[in-house]
Amino acid sequence: MHPTDFTIRGALEALGEGIVTSEALTAAHLEAIEALNPRLNAFVTVTAERAMEAARASDRRRANGVARPLDGVPLAIKDLFCTEGTRTTAASRILGDFVPPYESTVTANLLRDGAVFLGKANLDEFAMGSSNATSAFGEVENPWKRGNDDGTRLVPGGSSGGSAAAVAARLAMGATATDTGGSIRQPAAFCGIAGMKPTYGRCSRWGVVAFASSLDTPGPVARTVEDCAILLGSMAGHDPRDATSADRPVPDFAAACARGVRGLRIGVPREYRLEGMPDEIEALWQQGLAWLRAEGAEIVDISLPHTKYALPTYYIVAPAEASSNLARYDGVRFGRRVEGGDLKDLYERTRAAGFGAEVKRRIMIGTYVLSAGYYDAYYVRAQRVRALIKRDFDEAFRSVDAIVTPATPSAAFAAGEKQDDPVAMYLNDVFTVTANLAGIPGLAVPAGFDRQGLPLGLQVLGRDFDEETVFAVGTAIEHAAKLTAVPQVRAFA
Amino acid sequence: MSLDLKTVRRVASLARLHLEEGEDARLQAELNGILGWIEQLQAVDVSGVEPLAGAGGTAMPMRDDVVADGGRAEAVLANAPDRAGEFFSVPKVVE
Amino acid sequence: MSYTIEGQTGPWELVIGLEVHAQVTSQAKLFSGAATAFGAAPNSQVSFVDAGFPGMLPVINRECVAQAVRTGLGLNAQVNPWSRFDRKNYFYADLPQGYQISQFAHPIVGTGVVTVELSDGSVKEIGITRLHLEQDAGKSIHDQHPTKSYIDLNRSGVALMEIVSEPDMRSPEEAGAYLTKLRQILRYLGTCDGNMEEGSLRADVNVSVRKSGEAFRTRCEVKNVNSIRFVMQAVEAEARRQIEVWESGGTVEQETRLFDTVRGETRSMRSKEDAHDYRYFPDPDLPPLVIDPAWIEELRAGLPELPDARRARYVNEFGLSAYDASVLVAEKETAAFYEEVAAGRDPKVAANWVMGDFFAMLNRLGKGIEDSPVSARHLGALLDLIADRTLSGKMAKEVLEAMGETGKPPGTIVEERGLRQVTDTGAIEAAVDAILAANPDKVAQYREKPTLFGWFVGQVMKAMKGQGNPALVNEVLKAKLDA
Repeated sequence: MHPTDFTIRGALEALGEGIVTSEALTAAHLEAIEALNPRLNAFVTVTAERAMEAARASDRRRANGVARPLDGVPLAIKDLFCTEGTRTTAASRILGDFVPPYESTVTANLLRDGAVFLGKANLDEFAMGSSNATSAFGEVENPWKRGNDDGTRLVPGGSSGGSAAAVAARLAMGATATDTGGSIRQPAAFCGIAGMKPTYGRCSRWGVVAFASSLDTPGPVARTVEDCAILLGSMAGHDPRDATSADRPVPDFAAACARGVRGLRIGVPREYRLEGMPDEIEALWQQGLAWLRAEGAEIVDISLPHTKYALPTYYIVAPAEASSNLARYDGVRFGRRVEGGDLKDLYERTRAAGFGAEVKRRIMIGTYVLSAGYYDAYYVRAQRVRALIKRDFDEAFRSVDAIVTPATPSAAFAAGEKQDDPVAMYLNDVFTVTANLAGIPGLAVPAGFDRQGLPLGLQVLGRDFDEETVFAVGTAIEHAAKLTAVPQVRAFA
Repeated sequence: MSLDLKTVRRVASLARLHLEEGEDARLQAELNGILGWIEQLQAVDVSGVEPLAGAGGTAMPMRDDVVADGGRAEAVLANAPDRAGEFFSVPKVVE
Repeated sequence: MSYTIEGQTGPWELVIGLEVHAQVTSQAKLFSGAATAFGAAPNSQVSFVDAGFPGMLPVINRECVAQAVRTGLGLNAQVNPWSRFDRKNYFYADLPQGYQISQFAHPIVGTGVVTVELSDGSVKEIGITRLHLEQDAGKSIHDQHPTKSYIDLNRSGVALMEIVSEPDMRSPEEAGAYLTKLRQILRYLGTCDGNMEEGSLRADVNVSVRKSGEAFRTRCEVKNVNSIRFVMQAVEAEARRQIEVWESGGTVEQETRLFDTVRGETRSMRSKEDAHDYRYFPDPDLPPLVIDPAWIEELRAGLPELPDARRARYVNEFGLSAYDASVLVAEKETAAFYEEVAAGRDPKVAANWVMGDFFAMLNRLGKGIEDSPVSARHLGALLDLIADRTLSGKMAKEVLEAMGETGKPPGTIVEERGLRQVTDTGAIEAAVDAILAANPDKVAQYREKPTLFGWFVGQVMKAMKGQGNPALVNEVLKAKLDA
């Protein structure tokens, strides 16, 4: 077994037993990055020296008997998290060589717990996208290949495509990610790994470059559900610097994974059965429910009647907030500047050159739906529908403990597909976006493969701040699925 | 509701996005596609439903009135594309 | 008779409303921990939140909320237990986030009322529409470089209260009186220092004109007027301009204007080519501002006595005239000074001395009450020396002058100068006898011409080097002359 094959749980045990050092783990991951990143493009910045220093410091702590909960575990950090002294780009040209003078709360929490940062992971520009194709640093390749055609480059999903690809290809043991409409769960599903979007407010947004503030949710991706639970345990916690951060204790998520599902009521929303959805996805969904029933859960049909309105609601709310959040990129205090005749010209040229097409599209939509005369028809109406979507979940969770759905309506698609029609691309988030609008936790867990051998995931949704049940259900699916396949492109393959 | 070219240009100006030749027409088509799809929300009965602004807490936490920040002009200015001493610098603004 | 301006077509009424921006008195900014002090080095009081850095988030300052609640209570206004912050989106060099966090749809304070006193003695109630909290912007400096503007973000994020009045004012005097009163209330409350030179208090003045009995006509907003005198001048100048427009057959366009204090006229702001569309929406970084009613009551209980109540007390309890009471309460420092002087003494005498000789002395010295060389304690001691007849009124004036010059307490000056009033009847009788004996002709004339009495008083006082108690001197002289 190669050091890059460890799960986080396995690595922590091996480190604890002295079987391996963080220095060796980190060096192996850096070596893998050097070998594969030129192809996968999962990292936009690799901080090899800092990582090795951190690894050696971690080994010293362990030797001194003061190891911390995540001590020595090498991680990738989505390049949306500000990292003090390390360039942070949001995969946008507009940030230029911005070097934050501060560390995001989530990454600071991971550093506090001893994690080692390998570098900054690629993503869709400002986390806007579902294929990692909008990055100013180029596309990321999904390490999985179609069984019958290994020449086709597949997308890793987005926006956390770099994080998911890096973890799937074993360039990192886990990674931070963010989820605004599915940006953790969809790439996790496409890359055959687990990804957890916790409850809104569970992880601080302080120091995370904002896309849509009322939806943005930091969370982990890792190769097992338990690893996600371990990472989330470190990332989460109340932060007085974020007024939307929840002031409540962080439970032992990892312990909750082993709870089992006996006696739990699992909801199956009929509205998630989409017309034209591949039958393999329907089959996988039924298989997942059968596994849970076999483990003692009760399967209950439920209705979430406003589901079909979630995506259009999202495409009003998210661009509206984004249009305002991205106003600060104006070439004055940081980032790229393109000179102009006067200040307005400077703004317009800076922003035209600095933002990519998808970001501009969303800024335009967001500006339009907030503008005079349209605000009520679009934005306020979307907020009312959002309230109805939340209400649907509140009702459902009165009778069920968790909800299980497919994570995505398809397996990973080829690079270049769905690029022409923005709406077709947006439909990738059809199963995931509801959780963001409602604020509830959602987990993508690998559960099977399509006929071409590409990973497919199921999604587990839970009540506000009940990540523990979500982890328990996810773990039960994961254990029942007993997946052993690995991506074709991976470290030391 | 469908956007005309004039509105596309006005929105771009509000958003401070310079449009290249022909970009307005391309954006017009894309935005109308998206807005047409969003239009389905008009079918939802939202009467009597209070708008939900965010998924966060229901009351604002407050901090104490203590000076705990500032005093680091250099760090604030360090990333500036153009600065003049302790100031940020922009093309002259006529009021 | 109400105020009007006479045009070619007859008299015009004025309709005036004020939007006042008052800087909240607090240590730190509204949403960050950076300091608010005036006059610091550029960008030295800036947090990454104030500079709009990526990923930075606002967290509200409890004291700024408390100050807004106190102000609402001081304006007899309703405090809203649920309010919300919105983003006002626009691009400007000194607006780092690209939006101002403000309260558009749901302000923290609703309708209230301010009572103003006018020069003719009448009082008028001016309605308050709302008060909301918002962030100040930074400062653009245009005169340092020929082609560049420089940006200082020290003010960026400082808490402001925007206090909006109803269009209830009808003359420049009423506008001035309202702003004066509002400033007075804020200063009493300690929620804004009212310093207009430093920009802590600025007013946007909405003016329209109309013929008697008409509905409102189009108004114009004169931005950022920074003194009470300029507000009054701007009202009149803008009203005259509008009257001219209407009377020449034109139409007043709703617009934002600036007051040119040198020329005494308003002019259109140039930056109007870009029609404003602020795209307000609820700030998703901030949950609603929910205020516990118990906290409001706690803040209400801690409010200081406000000018109206204090003036009423001076009239009712101290027996001061309405005018004197108004003068004394105008500035809270003056009122505090007066109350210290009056404590345990005759409040009317104290008022006469504070408003008379003491103010005259400050005027002469060109000083304010804050840096007065004579403390309230010393002035009180001087009044005690009059009360116990150590000093005559005239001597006390002399002592006060010396106090102003030296800063010494009155007792010391009395000792040093030997200024002790003679109240010994024997000494006074002796002096009177000597004067009467030396001037038999005057005594004879006095029988015919009693007005000569004053001459005798003068002679006696002169002989006693001014230290004779005037009342006793009068009494003894009268007795002896009329004997």
